[in-house]
Amino acid sequence: MDLRLSDDQQLFRETTRKFLESTCPLETVRRLADAEPAGFDKKWWKRGAELGWVSMLVAEEDGGGSISGHGLLDLVLVAEEMGRLVSPGPLVPTNVVTAALARSGTPTQRREFLPGLVNGDTVAAWCLGTPVAGIDTAGGRVEAAPSDGGYVLDGVTGPVEAGGQADLYLVTIHTGDGVTQCVVPSDTPGVAVGPAHGLDLVRRYAQVRFDQVVVPPDGVLGVAGDAAADAERQLQIAVVLQGAEMVGAVNRAFEFTVEYASDRYSFGRPLASYQALKHRFADMKVWLEAAHATADAAARAVDVDSPLAAELVSVAKSYIGDHAPAILQDCVQLHGGIGVTWDHDLHLYLRRVVTDRSQFGTPGDHRERVAVAMGM
Amino acid sequence: MSTTDGNSVAEEETDAEESVDSFRTRARTWLAENMPLLPDGATNQLLAREDESGERARRLQRFLFDGGFAGICFPAAYGGQGLSRAHQRAFTQESLPYQMPTVFNVPTLSILAPTLLDFGTEEQKVRHIPAMLSGDELWVQFLSEPSGGSDLAGLITRATRDGDVFVLNGSKIWSSGAFRSDYSLCLARTDWQVPKHRGLTMFILKIHQPGIEVRQIKMVNGTGEFCQEFFDDVPMPATDVVGEVNDGWTVASRLLFHERDATGGGSPYVSGVATAVAGQDGQRSDLLDLARESGQTADPRVRQLVAEARVNDRVQSQLVERVTTGIRTGAFPLPAGAIPSLFAATNTERHFDIGLEIAGAGAGAWIDDDADRWGETYLLRQGLSLGGGSNEMQRNIISERVLGMPREYAADRDKPFDEVRHN
Repeated sequence: MDLRLSDDQQLFRETTRKFLESTCPLETVRRLADAEPAGFDKKWWKRGAELGWVSMLVAEEDGGGSISGHGLLDLVLVAEEMGRLVSPGPLVPTNVVTAALARSGTPTQRREFLPGLVNGDTVAAWCLGTPVAGIDTAGGRVEAAPSDGGYVLDGVTGPVEAGGQADLYLVTIHTGDGVTQCVVPSDTPGVAVGPAHGLDLVRRYAQVRFDQVVVPPDGVLGVAGDAAADAERQLQIAVVLQGAEMVGAVNRAFEFTVEYASDRYSFGRPLASYQALKHRFADMKVWLEAAHATADAAARAVDVDSPLAAELVSVAKSYIGDHAPAILQDCVQLHGGIGVTWDHDLHLYLRRVVTDRSQFGTPGDHRERVAVAMGM
Repeated sequence: MSTTDGNSVAEEETDAEESVDSFRTRARTWLAENMPLLPDGATNQLLAREDESGERARRLQRFLFDGGFAGICFPAAYGGQGLSRAHQRAFTQESLPYQMPTVFNVPTLSILAPTLLDFGTEEQKVRHIPAMLSGDELWVQFLSEPSGGSDLAGLITRATRDGDVFVLNGSKIWSSGAFRSDYSLCLARTDWQVPKHRGLTMFILKIHQPGIEVRQIKMVNGTGEFCQEFFDDVPMPATDVVGEVNDGWTVASRLLFHERDATGGGSPYVSGVATAVAGQDGQRSDLLDLARESGQTADPRVRQLVAEARVNDRVQSQLVERVTTGIRTGAFPLPAGAIPSLFAATNTERHFDIGLEIAGAGAGAWIDDDADRWGETYLLRQGLSLGGGSNEMQRNIISERVLGMPREYAADRDKPFDEVRHN
């Protein structure tokens, strides 16, 4: 948690936590995993949207609004709280697409798509049809042929988070002159969804196929061939939210592991009294606070569009992506055998952070981005 | 305790004082007119190494003092400027192209001076703080002893009261730059019949006087910064006791807090580029330079390593900011200062490992003797992991005093010190 929260942000964080604890505790997450094909309940998502989960990166005149005037810093609080309870819901993709529409959409596009996304009636997914900003997350490629001022899309992309649930896709493609982005409603003829699998129990992935899908001129978001900066910004927002979510998840797992070590006795002493274990907890505490620090710094940089944002985002992803799974595996080790059972909650957290680590660039991918930022 | 410690230095400007912007402009002009530029390729760290006597640093510190830019976060009553951390940060940023008396930063201004501010008498503060700020007095701490490093409170240097003086006998070690320094804060045992923490007293001790011998210790890389001192019936006036007699542990604990703040990069009393610690201002580029000079910037493996070091440095400064803020606002307990210290130490280890790897064969045998010697640097890899509290002690502090885990068993707890086995 950022140590410099305003009273309003503090209140918002507490409200979000209470809402998640009462409506979606871990038992509910486990139930959704088995019972809910979408991984989340649409009515529940709409209630979250009423709390502001999709409004933070949208201007007030477009129906959005933030708590502090720094929408991304407010949204980070939601991501952290959702990490804490490994919550379901397409927080990252919906907000990334919403932010892209809010930033580069025409008045018509904003009017058409933003209200439904902001109030939670619809959700969106980001389809990478081409590598973006040095990150090759796209499985498969989407080709775009110019046609009547718009494009015809062909190809397959994915695994795409919420690809099977989304009402709207933002498709990032490479056109002859550069990066182009299109908004494609999921009911457009030629769009089809295929199965994909995810490590997280409630985060759903799909392949999204485009078979001669016609994108009219008003389906292009921003400037055709000149959307690289937009895509970079989307990546930055996605990685900031991932970072916050990993920090929230690891923070909670660390908390209950410290409690466990204090309560559990071996040879007549609490585990927490053994120096060999205390020192491991100390290292984990350092990594955890460092992860907090770099997550917050990245969020602040992206929030104000700092010239350092690209580097600081990759610094954060590289550090957190390496250390969040490492802390969780240590938590597993310190729990003993119970830590690798299905019934223990640790794997829910491990699944979430490994998923976040692997999507939108691994730590190694982001170190390469840092090298580029350093002028190498 | 006085309220002038590091945590009460304002973070940002207040209405009462000069704005940071105006201060910055004034500093920029003054620096250009008064301070010598760094020669091409030189750093203040390099120049400090050549200035073994500290005379250059004293002269530069005097310039700052006369120009009204010494002790930016120190109270005006003791010769400082009474300004905020934001003013200090602005000054440091402006000072980067110039020669700066960085030798004064640690330990004189960031460790000893704030400890005196916290516990010194008015007379002691007036006598010494302005003299530190004006470049007249370099200070060191006399804490560690040859008989034991981590168990500081188990020290055996004795100060025996004789009327108005205490008589000092024993030895101290690991004081950096004591040979060029003028004063120290010296912790000695004044009562042997009480448990170890309750029989210690802190003294102001003039270093160069009859009865004190200072020896430089040759380190593995050939440098002689660290010293050992031998005391033979040295008289110390009772007026030089800092804090209360037999309450020296309280003073020492505070001193160690300031030390963690200084080595972790959170001290407001550091001016100009800090110490070897990365991240306060600018980023170190030694590994990037090494990769460039050795023609390896296109090697994906080297790119990963150089970037990893940059990631660690960036995270280090972000962590310093987080923990400093947290301690100031009460979100973290004081011992949380051990968190950035441990990070800095392990980051240094990793940094030198990476340097060794990129340097390749050149770390062990070389032709160009002017190049950076990564092999030699590596020999002192553990320096930061040992000095100022070993990593193992920092881990004890974090687990016991931040996470609240049970304390380690100690055979000397609550026992009169003269009944405790010691070296």
